[in-house]
Amino acid sequence: MKRVVVIGGGVAGMQTALRLSEQGVQPVIIEKEAELGGKLRGWHVLFPSFTPADEVLGELKQRVRQAGVEVMLSTEVGEFSSNEVKLTDGRRMACDSVVVSTGFTLFDARIKEEYGYGIYDNVYTTVDIERMFNEGRVAKADGTAPKRIAFLHCVGSRDEKVGQKHCSRVCCITGVKQAMEMKKRFPEADVFNFYMDIRMFGPGYEEMYREAQVRYNIHFVRGRISEAAPTIDGRLQIKAEDTLTGRPLHMSVDMLVLIVGMRANDDNAALAASAGLNLAPSGFLEPKNLFLDNVKSNVEGIFYAGTVSSPKNIGESLNEAVAAADAAAKYVEE
Amino acid sequence: MRGNNWKDYQKQIADDRFYYGRSCIRQNFFPGSEKAFINILQRDLGKDLFDDPKHSSCTGIGYHADVVPLETTMTVVARQFSLMNEAGYENFTTSCITSFGIYTEMLATWKEFPETLERTRENLYKATGREFEVPKCMSHTSDVVFHFRDQIAAKAKHRLINAATGEPLRVVEHIGCHYAKIFPKAGVGGSEFPYVLAGMVESWGGECVDYPERRHCCGFGFRNYLVQANRGYSIANSQKKLESMAPYKPDFIVANCPGCSMFLDKWQYTIAEMEGTTYGQNGHGIPVLTYEEMAGLVLGYDPWELGMQMHQVDVEPLLDKMGIDYDPSAKYLGRNGRYIGKPQSAVVNAGKTVYDIRE
Repeated sequence: MKRVVVIGGGVAGMQTALRLSEQGVQPVIIEKEAELGGKLRGWHVLFPSFTPADEVLGELKQRVRQAGVEVMLSTEVGEFSSNEVKLTDGRRMACDSVVVSTGFTLFDARIKEEYGYGIYDNVYTTVDIERMFNEGRVAKADGTAPKRIAFLHCVGSRDEKVGQKHCSRVCCITGVKQAMEMKKRFPEADVFNFYMDIRMFGPGYEEMYREAQVRYNIHFVRGRISEAAPTIDGRLQIKAEDTLTGRPLHMSVDMLVLIVGMRANDDNAALAASAGLNLAPSGFLEPKNLFLDNVKSNVEGIFYAGTVSSPKNIGESLNEAVAAADAAAKYVEE
Repeated sequence: MRGNNWKDYQKQIADDRFYYGRSCIRQNFFPGSEKAFINILQRDLGKDLFDDPKHSSCTGIGYHADVVPLETTMTVVARQFSLMNEAGYENFTTSCITSFGIYTEMLATWKEFPETLERTRENLYKATGREFEVPKCMSHTSDVVFHFRDQIAAKAKHRLINAATGEPLRVVEHIGCHYAKIFPKAGVGGSEFPYVLAGMVESWGGECVDYPERRHCCGFGFRNYLVQANRGYSIANSQKKLESMAPYKPDFIVANCPGCSMFLDKWQYTIAEMEGTTYGQNGHGIPVLTYEEMAGLVLGYDPWELGMQMHQVDVEPLLDKMGIDYDPSAKYLGRNGRYIGKPQSAVVNAGKTVYDIRE
């Protein structure tokens, strides 16, 4: 039986392995964490349907178990080619093809120093907020309920100053989703989303954006926040320009949520160097082409699935995993 | 509050052998500060610092006022470096924030566009017959004081604490825009959480106040101030900062820029006259110090030798708070003991502590 190594056990990796099994190919998932699931493990509910992330992840994991897919946890890949994977512990695995589904790295909000993440109380990232949702307790650092919350879009996306020129795509809708969840928890609170463009590309996204404004009374202000600073009463003062009215704006808020983007996986450069893969200028792995071979790499027998090649949402990652698995299965059969 | 972010921005600061570039503005506003820097480096720290009478303005004021073209500025900067080479020094330290910004900008431009460096070499040679090499190390004098802050602390006669209560003094540290906002990596701590003054304050026993408008410009802004019609912007910016810091009840403000020290001090008087508002305690102003004055007080220098009688807002309440022994009657005596005249008392002054030996 032909064997395909799937590097990375997030949603794309799991779906790739399942599809390979269906095609009669033997997949092996190599996951560096102690658990399958990738970034989705930290998520609460998914846009635009507010489906619990656990529901999707639990179902995927169960399918992987039922299919008897071999999974190697807490295992890291050092080098690889299309027919051999060397692990960092020295082991070598022969294979017939490799699918890379190692995902992305979250932008570190501390790099945008002007927002004071990690320095000032009550500055959070979207990841922190999902964790709070999961823990069932959303509150300011002093334990009280926020009365005014600001979300800031595009933190570490479309920002040449930090070398991240690309759009992370899913952050806009994440910001809308979290703003709505905040409003559900704190109906009396004022919620503001500061954005430069709102990009609602997916099914139901635009409707959700409208619902956020009409039903939830969430305020959308076109303008990026330039800085945050603490006030004497433990709040945060933010400065921005409302670019629709052309006026500067000062506001004190109880919570500032930085909507962090996806950057290319930190491991991409090393992986690319070991296997001779092309990197896009953004640092993501570059597909052979963007149309008919968009899950193939420039190296025969190595394929990509999910956000390792560009920012994608969960649905797109799952679809791409099927395409990558099919391409890998076809390759090993030939 | 600011955490350890500043450690991500480390710059090279020389340990010894400095070529000193003075500031046009400071020699007029705070002449005692530049003298104090020389004394601290040479007398207290035993360092080699060369104060060269031959160097000129960096052109910063003219450059930012659009009356001096970039090529001229580059050539003048090149001449300063040539003088430094001639004197046998490699480490340039400048007293002015604008000069520091100019030097940093010219060095970055020459690095990014090497053809401009070649053109500058040609221009300098044609104009003066001089050649030059860029400095090994470029620092602002506040970088140098920061670099030696622990040595200064070890020699401290006074600390930045309230002598009566033992509590740390609350200090507003204000960094000139041209220090790190142009090139964040050129400043200790970068542009968002600069540590150059905060490091001194913490080493010498004080505590810094983080207030909402900490990063805001003091309002000097060349175009704000040089164009008389724009001066309203200048004072409005200072007012915004003063309003923002006042609730934290700072004991004093310290700045590392000639313009900031000047405007945060003198605009307090103007605001008091215009609006009747004062920002310090007991209805007075908030004293504004240069970092050399702060270092000088810590090292036990006489406040009048430091030139603190030049301030608009009286410093006596701060001196009393720190438990510094000074001679009130010597405030308006010049270096040769001659009476230099006394300004009229103003709202921001401490009133009865303004002494006049002739009264």
